[in-house]
Amino acid sequence: MPAQPLELILARQFGDSLSLPVFLVDPEGNLLFYNEPAEVIFGLKFNETGGMRLEEWATVFKPCDHDGAPLVPESLPLVKTLSTQLPANGEFFIDSLTGERILISVSTFPIIGRTKRFLGAMAIFLKSQQP
Amino acid sequence: MKIKVWGCRGSLPSPDPENYRYGGNTSCIQVTQGDTCVILDAGSGIMRLGRFLSPEVREVHVLLSHLHIDHTMGLGFFQPLYNPQVKVHLWGPSSGQEPLLYRLRRYFSPPLFPVKLSELPRHPEVHELGDEDFSIGEIKVKSAFICHPGPTLGYRLTVGNKSLAYLPDHEVMLGSADFPKDPQWTSGFDLANMVDLLFHDGAYTSKEYVGKMGWGHSSIRDSILFAKMCQVKKLSIFHHEPTRSDEQVDRLHQEVLAQGELKFELEMCAEGNVYEL
Repeated sequence: MPAQPLELILARQFGDSLSLPVFLVDPEGNLLFYNEPAEVIFGLKFNETGGMRLEEWATVFKPCDHDGAPLVPESLPLVKTLSTQLPANGEFFIDSLTGERILISVSTFPIIGRTKRFLGAMAIFLKSQQP
Repeated sequence: MKIKVWGCRGSLPSPDPENYRYGGNTSCIQVTQGDTCVILDAGSGIMRLGRFLSPEVREVHVLLSHLHIDHTMGLGFFQPLYNPQVKVHLWGPSSGQEPLLYRLRRYFSPPLFPVKLSELPRHPEVHELGDEDFSIGEIKVKSAFICHPGPTLGYRLTVGNKSLAYLPDHEVMLGSADFPKDPQWTSGFDLANMVDLLFHDGAYTSKEYVGKMGWGHSSIRDSILFAKMCQVKKLSIFHHEPTRSDEQVDRLHQEVLAQGELKFELEMCAEGNVYEL
């Protein structure tokens, strides 16, 4: 398998060293990496799953509204960033492994290299205070 | 491919008597294939290369890894730039902001240098590069950004089934997740994978590296781990510290060899080395 571009390698290194949950995806939305804090949100361990194709991780990670209704993908910050190549942010709920519904705030930004090549996006998650 | 090393010292020319064997000139390697002449970097070693270049050569391609001064300081003293009969191509990393031509002009202007690029008898042709594959004559070239401060490229040159990789300034440990276990997530892997000859940064001892993390260079140990991961046939440790004497370089070499047998040939690169692939 060919090596990843330097920008993604360094983005993964950066994400790996943060205490905030981080997801790293390629331009098609395939999940390349998630760090240890993100494993708590995701309910899976990166060492066990490795990267995951979009259709694979979309079945595990299910953002929803306050009542548990699934959100349309177009409303999610990461999907917005992948389609517009612009930063985005937003809030949604996820159900934790313990069954608790948690409000999550997400900021996403595109990874665009020196030669203006769009290489993917990074999402950083924060547990929000309930209104 | 015929390959000749005209400079392998890092950071600063160090023409001291105690550095005589490994040489004091900074990065410069000449690669010749038929009529094609490719020069990897324009450190101080390129001055001597220019003096010894065959008068029959009419076109030269200088591939700059990056624009740190030890890789560009020889350009103004490269004789072919003053010979209108010779067409010089300068290839180097794109920054995404300022064009390569403008960044090169900074060197070719006072107070750094008295002659401007526009005053040369034949303006060099400037080519910006990112992650790409292209050919110069019979030589296939692969360029890719690698981990070093500022825009920096590594190169892989291939003719037929023979190839060499040139990563003179590369902090492989910092540009890698889970090093050395995951090639797909290691800076420079595609460039060096299975090459016959790898020139790779090995500026520091492991002890020195601890205090210089983030400066953009590798330890000899990491350079060896990288070569092992890439399954190269020969590793030539490059970018010797300017303060390192021949005796010290020899001692580092012996220490590495004493740690166990390697599956590839290992040398400390020396100015004047010649290879044929």
